[in-house]
Amino acid sequence: MTHTTASPSSPPPTVDELRAALLACLAPPANAWLDGALTDAAEAAAAPAGAPPGRALPAWELRFAEAGRRCGAEDAADQARVLLLRTARPDATAVARLYRQGTAAERRAVLLALDHLDLAPADGLALVEDALRTNDTRLVAAAVGPYAGRHLDAHAWRHAVLKCLFTGVPVDAVAALEERAHGDGELARMLGDYASERTAAGRPVPDDLSRVLAVAGKAEES
Amino acid sequence: MRIFDPHIHMTSRTTDDYQAMYDAGVRAVVEPAFWLGQPRTSPESFVDYFDALLGWEPFRAAQYGIVHHCTIALNPKEANDPRCVPVLDELPRYLVKDSVVAVGEIGYDSMTPAEDTALATQLQLAADHGLPALVHTPHRDKLAGLRRTLDVVAESALPVEHVLLDHLNETTVGEAKDAGCWMGFSVYPDTKMDEDRMVAILKSHGPERVLVNSAADWGKSDPLKTRKVGDAMLRAGFDEDVVDQVLWRNPVAFYGLSGRLDLERAEPADVQHEGNSILRGGE
Ligand SMILES: [Zn+2]
Repeated sequence: MTHTTASPSSPPPTVDELRAALLACLAPPANAWLDGALTDAAEAAAAPAGAPPGRALPAWELRFAEAGRRCGAEDAADQARVLLLRTARPDATAVARLYRQGTAAERRAVLLALDHLDLAPADGLALVEDALRTNDTRLVAAAVGPYAGRHLDAHAWRHAVLKCLFTGVPVDAVAALEERAHGDGELARMLGDYASERTAAGRPVPDDLSRVLAVAGKAEES
Repeated sequence: MRIFDPHIHMTSRTTDDYQAMYDAGVRAVVEPAFWLGQPRTSPESFVDYFDALLGWEPFRAAQYGIVHHCTIALNPKEANDPRCVPVLDELPRYLVKDSVVAVGEIGYDSMTPAEDTALATQLQLAADHGLPALVHTPHRDKLAGLRRTLDVVAESALPVEHVLLDHLNETTVGEAKDAGCWMGFSVYPDTKMDEDRMVAILKSHGPERVLVNSAADWGKSDPLKTRKVGDAMLRAGFDEDVVDQVLWRNPVAFYGLSGRLDLERAEPADVQHEGNSILRGGE
């Protein structure tokens, strides 16, 4: 399984770039599906906000649900769902509903798209925090992206880093790692304690831990 | 021997079970939504359960190289509790999800009017969502229950070839076969079927449209019964191709009717290592 990881150096792809890249790797039937799905999503973006009538799903949300079986590969489905979210631009209520009523794959897509949706920090953070409470590494990895890097407070962010180390999520998934960890004495203490715990138990200290610890311990030099 | 267990309640099983199943050849499972032993008292309790079948349980299975799909439904037992029945209104939003490959388990428990309504409603939901249906046959008064089930199926919009009748035995297999349904057999340590009786049924009725499952859950049950049936079949002279038909190709064909079965991921997993949250049993 590949995860979409944050790359702080390059700007995130635009909707058009994402769409072109995805169309290039999808087979013809999935291509046609994606075109139709994005049209539905664009129509939803143009429609007035508000809850859908009755219990019927808006057309684009049905596309969002079925992206896995239409696109085949897990990565392609992630990208298709992110594209749909960025195109439909659902409001905070709809984003929360899509997350809370979503499968793990749908929740992951919401988390991956979070940084590109117009949400007040409290609305997006509630979802990030929910994902960070799980032990599903796919959700944890998606939760520590750029949105979390920008908005999580220091305490929650440190725990998120520690959670990655505990659950085996590569810290490469953590957006803004270098900037936020740099010189963070409290994070360094937490990591040091965790390393001692591992050592006391006769277990190896993960390479990722040493790596973050080196950054966090740089406080006095800079 | 590659094995697809088409009916097993992994929510009730341990990680040791997942490992033993993988070692025995199980690479795919379908977990039908069912009763949890402790009665539920509200639709919200179902919703959390359904979310687990679409979230945490597939993740757990994947750690052991097993692909997990599920079926979603209001089970017949709890269809009798008016506090639970409103969950029927929540089903449509679940029936569009990627890893939902059937409506189920539905069917009869005590053959009440409430069960009639729930069964007919959910057969219609299956037809509306392009899904097959996993229909459990009752433990008590089984033959009468089977006949009533077949009547309701015949009146429904769902073609009989999109119905899997489960928990069959010697007394019900004939009529299920004649009706044109898929036939499921649950092999249990003490009740339902055992390996040798299963082999005898395969000898007399053939392997076409036959699925074998462990139906393992929170009761006395054995998640390796599928493998034990495969071994018993080989001992009885069936060749490996027939074993593969019963234990892999038939469940793939039945749940494949949904168009949502994704077995691309049915490869040995190599994601398990020390420090993993599941091996440590959570935080
Ligand atoms: Zn069952």
